Amino acid sequence: MKAGSNIEKLFDRGEFVVTGEIGPPMSSDASPVREHARFLKGYADAFNLTDNQTAIVRMSSLASAVVCLEEGVEPVMQMTCRDRNRIAMQSDLLGASALGVRNLLCIAGDHQTFGNQRESKNVYDLDSIQQLMVLSRMRDEGKVWGDNDLDEAPKVYLGAAANPFADPFEFRVTRLAKKVKAGADFIQTQAIFDMDRFERWMAEVTSRGLHERTHIMAGLVPLKSVGAARYMKNRVSGMIVPDQLVDRMKAAEDPKEEGIRICVEQIEHLLTIEGVHGVHIMPVAWEKKLPEIVERAGLLPRPTP
Amino acid sequence: MIIGEQKPLKEIISNLEGHETILVAGCRSCVAICLAGGEKEVGIMAESLRLHSDINDLGWEIAETTVERQCESEWVLELAPLVEEADCVLSMACGVGAQTVQALFPDTRVIPGLNTSNMGAPEEQGMWSEKCGGCGDCVLHLTGGICPIARCAKSLLNGPCGGSQDGMCEIDPDTPCAWDEIFQSLKRLGRLDLMEEVIPPKSWIPSRNGGPRKIVKESAVLTEEEKHTKEGLD
Amino acid sequence: MTGRIVGFCCSYCGYASADLAGRQGLEYSPDVMIVKLPCSGRIDVLHILRAFRQGADAVFVAGCLEGNCNFANGNYEARKRVNEAKGILESLGIDPRRLEMFNVASNQGWRFPRIVEEMVSRVEELGPSPLGENG
Repeated sequence: MKAGSNIEKLFDRGEFVVTGEIGPPMSSDASPVREHARFLKGYADAFNLTDNQTAIVRMSSLASAVVCLEEGVEPVMQMTCRDRNRIAMQSDLLGASALGVRNLLCIAGDHQTFGNQRESKNVYDLDSIQQLMVLSRMRDEGKVWGDNDLDEAPKVYLGAAANPFADPFEFRVTRLAKKVKAGADFIQTQAIFDMDRFERWMAEVTSRGLHERTHIMAGLVPLKSVGAARYMKNRVSGMIVPDQLVDRMKAAEDPKEEGIRICVEQIEHLLTIEGVHGVHIMPVAWEKKLPEIVERAGLLPRPTP
Repeated sequence: MIIGEQKPLKEIISNLEGHETILVAGCRSCVAICLAGGEKEVGIMAESLRLHSDINDLGWEIAETTVERQCESEWVLELAPLVEEADCVLSMACGVGAQTVQALFPDTRVIPGLNTSNMGAPEEQGMWSEKCGGCGDCVLHLTGGICPIARCAKSLLNGPCGGSQDGMCEIDPDTPCAWDEIFQSLKRLGRLDLMEEVIPPKSWIPSRNGGPRKIVKESAVLTEEEKHTKEGLD
Repeated sequence: MTGRIVGFCCSYCGYASADLAGRQGLEYSPDVMIVKLPCSGRIDVLHILRAFRQGADAVFVAGCLEGNCNFANGNYEARKRVNEAKGILESLGIDPRRLEMFNVASNQGWRFPRIVEEMVSRVEELGPSPLGENG
């Protein structure tokens, strides 16, 4: 056991893991996090707390993760490379571990020009692969980067993101291999809409045996409307939404129901793909729908870790 | 080369407030190539300022000059007679040139006429793109001749992030993804193996982050004795 | 009041059109100073600014029709420089409409007086040069 987190235990046992997501509020009041945690408890094995997503200032992932712990819900803390240098990253990991946070997702982070602090200076002292190297070394060797010993090593299960839908496609599996080599224990992919492309990616992943060295979780975002589908298709870099899906949403009498139905179908299909060890469900602006999705997909009750 | 762009005319005029005899000083080097501060641009700037002075009855006296390179004292010192006649110098050189003039003529205020931007090259006439990150530890041999520090918006070193789509960067549909370019270049060179290596955390000490840099080439530095001899000959 | 107008005309078209107008007996304001250029592309932002400094109320540049420049791209260059000069005029608080670029053909004698009229009407609207008596 590297960290003893719930999802680590479940992965080790060969269970299909489910994670959800909670977006921290633009507020110094943590009640929204508490409310979501209480409402969603038991419907997933752990919940990601995003880190100033799209470079918009929100309550920190670390603080939000601790609030989740207080509610008896397991958090997956996120840490971008955009806002912190290696000193802050290592320091925050020590703090997070001290407070009981056991999962950390390492990501590059959306460029600051996306958000509400466009004029800020970004950091990018490390990229996400170097971040994995540094933090896994802290855990495995009990040292900070540069060799000084820590009195106590952090306990953390490390994750990273993968995007089978970004370009160049030929490089995407190599990039995954680098993340695994650098220390990624689990992977959460970008939201899947183009199942064909995902399956091609997974085929290459399994042929390289990467699914045996890391646990891949398929990312999903339930569509709320045809507008949401179009937005993600046209306005988000690194996302592919096939026309058939847009048309299906457009033709639907009840788009919200259709969106949930699509998501459930996707989960049922993903359960059959070799190498997929879980799903990461991100109901953007729709957190309350997670229980229904998980139930309809037959993923309840969640196993006890 | 260093790439800069003229400050807006209104801003320059505003910054010249309080001055009446102005020496507009350009440079024939980088800023002439990026059409910001060469002899031609100095001429147009001087004429614009004279027109401004005439319209508003300011009685400004504007002189113009352009030196070979405004960052080297040998050339800048030759401006002494012109600087003496002026109460300020509007430097149309890059920030380096402007600082050199100020350092050599500490009693005459220097106003920058340019916003100096980056180290880059002309793409086509009228367009100049950033190329070099000045990180002090060049890895171009590992990246197919494309600088990931300057040309990747996140200065990543291990491949493109998840926002790379159709060869473009997530920040702007017109900005090429440097890592896509690196991939294509290494593919063409038959060296995709270089993209499989994990590049460890970078030392930023040789970059601007380590503090203002000074490079010394020992074999060129003059000893005190050599300096005296040189002065004697001058 | 007709205003002091400076017209930079390329010899192939701009000037030829003015010349033809003269031979056809067409009338236009006498207060136009025509400066003959080998090509409109010879115009420099400096010339335009100097014309205003010397008291011009309005300035125009007349080159060949686009695609017909005797030196291929000269009239495109001229237009770009006229636009650059307009930007400078605007920054200095001078109405950029005092400056204009026109494309004419050498056999369009009738156009030259129209161009002059256009600039005269702009001067009437905008008033004399901001230099006032100083030019």
